Order: sequence, then structure tokens, then C-alpha cells
Amino acid sequence: MATITATAQKSSPPGILAGAAVRKLLVLALLAAVLVPFAVTRWSSGAWPEALTVDVSGPLADVSDWIIDNRDSHPLFLYFLGHVSNVVVIAVRAVYLALLAVGWAGVTAVAALVAWRVAGVRLALGTAVAFLVCGLLGMWVPTMQTLALMVVAVAASVLVGALLGLAAGLSDRMERLLRPVLDTMQVLPAFAYLLPVVLVFGIGVPAAVLATVIYAAPPMARLTSLGLRGADKEVLEAVESLGSTARQRLLTARIPLARKELLLGINQTIMMALSMAVIASVIGAGGLGDRVYQALASVDVGAALAAGVPIVLLAVVLDRVTGAAGARLGQAPAPNSRALWSAALAAAAVVAVAGRLAGRLEWPVNWVVGIADPVNRAVDWMTAHLYTGVPVVGGTADWAGRFTTWVLDPLRDGLQWLPWWSVLLTVAALAWLIGTWRTALTAVLAMAAIGVLGVWDQSLDTLSQVLAAVAVTLVIGFATGIAAARSDRVERLLRPVLDVFQTMPQFVYLIPVVALFGVGRAPAVAAAIVYALPAVVRITAQGLRRVDPAALESARSLGATSAQQLRQVQLPLARRALLLAVNQGVVLVLAVVIIGGLVGGGALGYDVVFGLAQGDLATGLVAGAAIVCLGLMLDRVTQPTERRAKKGA
Amino acid sequence: MRMSRVSRVSRMLRAGTTGPHRTRPPRTRTGRTRPKRAAAGAGALLLLTLTGCGAADMTKQASPFANAQGARTVTLSVQSWVGAQANVAVAQYLLEHELGYRVDTVQVDEVPAWDALSQGRVDAILEDWGHPDQEQRYVEDKKTIARGGDLGVTGHIGWFVPTYFAEQHPDVTDWKNLNKYADQFRTPESGGKGQLLDGSPSYVTNDKALVKNLKLDYKVVFAGSEAAQITQIKQFAKQKKPFLTYWYTPQWLTEQVPMTEVKLPPYKEGCDADPAKVACAYPHTPLQKYLNADFAEKGGKAADFLKKFKWTTEDQNEVALMIADQKLTPRQAAKKWVDSHESTWRSWLP
Repeated sequence: MATITATAQKSSPPGILAGAAVRKLLVLALLAAVLVPFAVTRWSSGAWPEALTVDVSGPLADVSDWIIDNRDSHPLFLYFLGHVSNVVVIAVRAVYLALLAVGWAGVTAVAALVAWRVAGVRLALGTAVAFLVCGLLGMWVPTMQTLALMVVAVAASVLVGALLGLAAGLSDRMERLLRPVLDTMQVLPAFAYLLPVVLVFGIGVPAAVLATVIYAAPPMARLTSLGLRGADKEVLEAVESLGSTARQRLLTARIPLARKELLLGINQTIMMALSMAVIASVIGAGGLGDRVYQALASVDVGAALAAGVPIVLLAVVLDRVTGAAGARLGQAPAPNSRALWSAALAAAAVVAVAGRLAGRLEWPVNWVVGIADPVNRAVDWMTAHLYTGVPVVGGTADWAGRFTTWVLDPLRDGLQWLPWWSVLLTVAALAWLIGTWRTALTAVLAMAAIGVLGVWDQSLDTLSQVLAAVAVTLVIGFATGIAAARSDRVERLLRPVLDVFQTMPQFVYLIPVVALFGVGRAPAVAAAIVYALPAVVRITAQGLRRVDPAALESARSLGATSAQQLRQVQLPLARRALLLAVNQGVVLVLAVVIIGGLVGGGALGYDVVFGLAQGDLATGLVAGAAIVCLGLMLDRVTQPTERRAKKGA
Repeated sequence: MRMSRVSRVSRMLRAGTTGPHRTRPPRTRTGRTRPKRAAAGAGALLLLTLTGCGAADMTKQASPFANAQGARTVTLSVQSWVGAQANVAVAQYLLEHELGYRVDTVQVDEVPAWDALSQGRVDAILEDWGHPDQEQRYVEDKKTIARGGDLGVTGHIGWFVPTYFAEQHPDVTDWKNLNKYADQFRTPESGGKGQLLDGSPSYVTNDKALVKNLKLDYKVVFAGSEAAQITQIKQFAKQKKPFLTYWYTPQWLTEQVPMTEVKLPPYKEGCDADPAKVACAYPHTPLQKYLNADFAEKGGKAADFLKKFKWTTEDQNEVALMIADQKLTPRQAAKKWVDSHESTWRSWLP
């Protein structure tokens, strides 16, 4: 369905396209004219009518009590979930003990040598330095704990994701079944589903690993399915003509041909898993995330940074190494590749054994450099001098105050003042204009579900924060992206900054934003902007750079100025990338606005935090569900149908 | 993993045309099959554990990081406020240096910490501010948690204004006069009303009901975490701005930003029974320790030590201030305190 409309739209001239939009709006207007008077007389206008809400707090409290009372006796827990949890504990422990047994020198050597063989000398050096820095920051043991947890979580995610992707890649029915689920998972802020996981598995490593798997498996599944479906038809036909069985075709042609996507999937999974490392510390993951979380409790940005830096380093190293491995996939191996591998492994083994014999398994205590003090001094200076009373421009607190009073408040009050049916209509119109009637229906149902759950006001409050943050993000992001696309130097300068901000755990900059902007919705919005900006900048810059050089060349030969080229050629041609940037921006902003509940963002984020803190399933789960619905709605409203059609094809 | 897959594929394709490989999918020794085999292995392991050894009670599974390399480990729950960190830091230091244990700490919110304690994921909570529901469920009914005695510190929650403001306007310390000052406590977040700053959602609070029932012209603004609340209070204090906040003692911040309590209608036994109708102050709570029931019985010296652990508000504040204000690590702070208070902690050792 989606495919047909999309291709029809694409091939049709703009006049008809506009006609289609008008037709859609007419149909909506007609529907509204019939339904709205009915709804308004039946229920009320204004906020979501009381009569249409369902109170689920009673049943949820019962569920919560039942789980707690039966966790140590019911067969479901004893014979299934208990074993799942057990396997996780054993696996993490095994990896952790192995890492400790190899010692710091051994771990560094193994990592560096593997990086050398897979990705070359430069990355090998980078890897070694990264691990040594983790040690120097005094974070060796937490780094190993996080690494152990990540190894298990990534392995499980890749396994689960690959199996799901295989199913979706081979069977159309599975594809239809799984796609909406995976789509939803993709837009889910991780914070929303920590609570149910904790309730079942209790605080601790098993819950953390499972939450990570839920978060990190979908990209693997998506990309596996995409790779299998995207296999070159001619090669497949050639294989089929050779009389091979379906299984042979899968093993010898389809999977090998999809290896690029598979590797990209692994790369994505690793990045997602690492970004969960800190969030999962809220439910007892331990390791680096826990250090960040504990440091923030005593408002110690420096210490939080000392634990955040290893996460960033791990992420950058793993990203580059898997990326380089992907890029090298097609090339022929060096003739002596096997010998070099054995040499590398032997060297690693020698270092590990040497470390062991020297009795230097643990990172030496006096090889630690404290960065906490200088960082804290810098942060103190910043907050002391920028907070308020800066001549002419005013301090950050003044900006935050004005932003709250002049942007956030009117936006929130406006949204909450709107009659509920008009919100639904707006959502329907936006989603239908950009997509199909199906996406519109999903978006409207998601929005209605929020009302039914009885969290209409909070959700609109969250929505107002998201909209404000997205607007700012897009303005800054597009401007920076355009600058980066037009100048190589700007892009080179930006790249490491973007890398760091994209992988830095969001928690680390929650405290600086409070110090700069005070408590409230403004710091939540600021943190969201910082988090979403790198992705928007990146996608914009890439999209603009991919614009066909021939088109640019011809524009130039017609004497178009640089600004004209940008406005009339590059931006229109990069439209799809820009829309993707909007979509990603919205999803990322939502994720952080929720975490903003920790710094006074209130609304749904606060409810989730409250639910986690009080073990209150009724509040936490309802807010979590509302976040899911909000995410779904926002995604559908900003996701052009072309992209989805292409993915499915 | 990196082996040239293209050439292998083409080799396989060619092999398929010629001979014996045709009916059987060719196997390769390296690379591609390895993850599959590992996957199969993991699956088999899972299946084995599922069918092989019967019940697995996940409420009795310890942390995978515990007892690594043969050490005896105690896991303590650290709550997010610094006073609790001080308790844990000193207990940890003494357990490690005097009794030879390894100590793991986990940061958990208050209510989930009870759950973790009952499951044995943590062995002890050293500072609890009173959770009657959880106490009933875990201590009385399920008997998975045992009482560990008084911590020695008495906690008190209340509403506070900075002392510099209370000195200029002495009548602000009575709740009846709060409405007079509402517009001085206004912030962008609280809109037209005065702001009552609340902290972490995990803390015990009746503030919304109090504001309503005492008919105050205030809005409760939740900072969402204590860290955010402290940062905000410090910023206010730097500029000598007035503020009204939910706060508690003992807390190290009161040493840095002196605060005066606002008198609410006095607390009477049972006046906070109905959360919606509360109109009285918060009680004074002797803080309690709780131990996992199994640990309390079989925990040996560590359990005995934790049961005897008892100090004063001043002691706790001393350590907390070193951690939060002088930015010593909890370990350094604990060492400093331990070095100078030997007579206090000697009596805790079994």
C-alpha cells in the first residue's frame, strides 16, 4: 500500500501532488464537520474529556503486588525468567573474570592488536591510547565492568536482532508483523521502559542487560532484514539457476551479500548499547554509568566527566574499528593475513602472560591523573560568570527565564488550551500530508491513547518542550550543517566535537545545564538541544554533500551565486536528508526532554522518574506508555513515506 | 571476521556448479560460521539451563561483579544524598581495612533499594527515612529483611528559607505569613505564584497537599533530583536571592548555605495519615538501618559490624561536608574521619 502511493506520488507532476494534498485536507475537513459537533455535544470541548479516560492505576498496582509476591515462588519466574536472569549473571561474570585475569596490559594489547588486524595501525594506536586513558583516569575496574556488561548485551542483541531480521528478511508475513514493532522500538526513549524491566528482574545487572538488549536489538533486526531483501536480484537468480536449495541460497549468497548491512547493524547495536550504559545505571548496572550517576548526586561534574570520558572513548574506538572493518570488507586480504593474525594473537598472549608474571594485573594505584578538580574549577568559573548580569546580552539564567516566560509558557498554555479534537485533527492533517492514511491513523490513535490514559495535560506540556527544543535545534543544526557542507575545514573541525557530543552520556551535562539555566524546563530543553544537535548537523551536511555535482555544476555555469545555488539547488535536492534530520531531531529531543525530568522538566519525564524512584508502576508505566505514544505520533508526523517505502522494498 | 568474503562467495558459486559441494552447503573453517556456532552454543546453553537444573530463584542471585577473585564481598546500597554516602564511605573503609572485606556499592533509589535488599542484591541499607509499607511487606510478612537498629542520626524534613533572608524578614518563618512573601519567591517556572522548590521524587513529601490545605499562594516546582536542587540553591545563595525550599537535616549544604526553618502547623501523631488532607509539619525520624535477613544471620563479622555501626549527626556531617564541599573522594573523607575518631569506631568492631 505504502509503496504504491509513494511511487505514484513521486512520478506525478507537482500540480497533481498539490491536488492530492488538497483532496486529503478536504476529506479531513468533511470528517471533522461530521464528527466534531457530535463529539463536542456528547463530551466537552477543551482538555481531554474525563468520560473518555480509563483509570488503570488499580489493575497496575495489583500487577505490581502480584509480581513482588510471586517472584520467588511462581513457576514463570522459577523456570523461565529466573534462568534468563541466571544466564545473564553467569555470562557477565565469566567475561568480567576473564578480563580481570588477562590484566590491564593484556586487555590493552588484545584490543590494540585486534584493531590492528581489523582496521590498521592508526586505529590500533588509538585503541591502545583509549584503554590507557581509562586506566589513567582511575576507571579501570569500572571500565571492565561496563565492558563485560556490554560484551554480553551486544552479543545478545546481535543474536536476537539477527534472528528477528532473518525472519523478517525471509518471510513477508513476518516483515509485516515486525515492522511496526521495530519502528516503535526505534522511537522509544529508553527511560520509558526501565520500570517494567526492573519490576520483573529487580535492580541489578540482569535488568540492565535486558533493558540494553531491548534498546539495541532493533537496529540489528532492521539492517539484517534490509540486507537480505536488498540482495542483488541477478546474483540470486544465478544461484537459483544452479539448482541450489533455499538454504544454500541463504547461506552462500544472501547472507554473504548482506554482510555490509550486517556489520553496520553490529556497529549500530554497539553504539546504542553504549548509550544505554549510563541510563541503565539508574537500575543498577554498575560500572562507569554508576560512577557518573553517583558523581552527579554530589554535583561533581569533574568526577562525572572522569567516568564519562571512558564511555566516549570506548564508543569512538568501537565505532571506528567496526566502521573500518566494514569499509575493508570488499577488499582482498593480505596474502599473509593468517600469519599476521597468529602473530598478533601470540603477541597479545605474551603481553598478558608477562603482566601476570609481573604481578601487575590491576591498574597501578599511583598511575592515576585526577581531572576532576580542574574541570570543576572551570565549571564553577563558567557558572559564576555567565549565570547572570553579563553586560548587554544578559546571563544564561536571564535567557532561561525569558525563554520560559516567552516561549515555553505560551506554547504549553496554547497547546493545553486547544480543544482536544483540534489537536487530533492537526495531528491527522500533518501525518496524512506527509504520509499515507495509515500513518495518519496511527498518529491519531497514539494521540488519543494519551488522552485515554488520562495524562493529556502532562503530555502536551512535554510536547511543548519538544517543539521548542526541536525548533532551536533545527535552526542551529541546519545553519551549522550548511557551513560544514560548504567548507572542508569547518567539517574537519566539527567532526571530533560531534563525535564527543553524540557519545557523551546525557547525564554528564545535566548538572552544567542546571548551573547555567537554573531548575525548570529551560535546562531540560537545553540538554535536549545539545544532544540532538550533532545528529542534525551530520545528516544535513551529508545530505548537502551528496547532492549531484552535475546539478551544481550546471547551476554554476548558469551564473548562479553561491547563495542561489544553496537555496535553489542544494536544499531542494537534499530535501529527503533534511526531512530525515527533522525526524531524527524530534526523536532524540524527546529522549532527552524525558530525562529532563531529573532537572525540573516536570511533565511526563517527572512521572517516569517518580515511578522509578517510588517503584510506583501505576504512575511510571502510564507515563511510559504516554511517552511511547507521543514518540510514535511525532515520528509519524515527521517521517516522509518515501523513506519507509524504500526501506520495505 | 574480515576474511575476503567476496572471493569465498565466488569460489562457492563456482564449486556449486561442479561437484560434491552441490547438495551440501559448503562449510568453511573460519569467519562466517563462527558467530553462528557461538550462537548455537549460547542457545544450547540456555536450553540446558532451562531444562537441566530445574528451578532458578532469581531473587537469590548475587551481582556478577561480587566476590571476584576470591574476595569476601559486602554490597551496600548508597542513596543519592551525600549523608548516605558518608555512612557508606566510613562503613566501607572500616570493612576493607579493619575486617578485610571487599565492598561494592550500588546507587539505588529508596523504594527500589528495599526490593533489592529483600532479594539480596544489596546486603544493607544504612539510612532509611521510614517506609511503613515496605517495612510491613518485607520485614513483617516476607521476613526477607531484618532490622539493623538505629543509625544514631535523627532526620527532619521541613520548609526552609535562607538565613540571610530570614534575618531581614523575621516573620517569614511562620507559615501564616508566607503568602505575604509569595511574589518575592516567584520564578519563571512558578508563573504567577511563589515557588516552593522540591527535590528528588524519591523523597518523602506532602508538599502539594500542604500548599493546598494551608491555602498558600505557591506552586511546588520539582527539581527532579537532589543534585539539581542543590545546584539551584547554591546559585540563589550566590546572589543572595530569597527562596523557599523543601529541605532536610542533617544535610551538609546547611553548613554552606545557612537556612532557617519555616514553622508549619505542629506535627501530631497521625496527622499525616491521609496524604490528601495533611496540614501539619513533618515528624522527626530516628534513621534506621536494615539488613538482608540471610546476610544478618550468616554475614559473620560484616553483619555484626553493620549492626553496631552508630554515630552522631555531627560525625555524619563532618564526612559529608568533606565529600560534597571539599570534593574529597568518599574514600579519602572516610580515611580522614577514621584517623581522627578511633574511639568512636573501635566499639563497632566485633
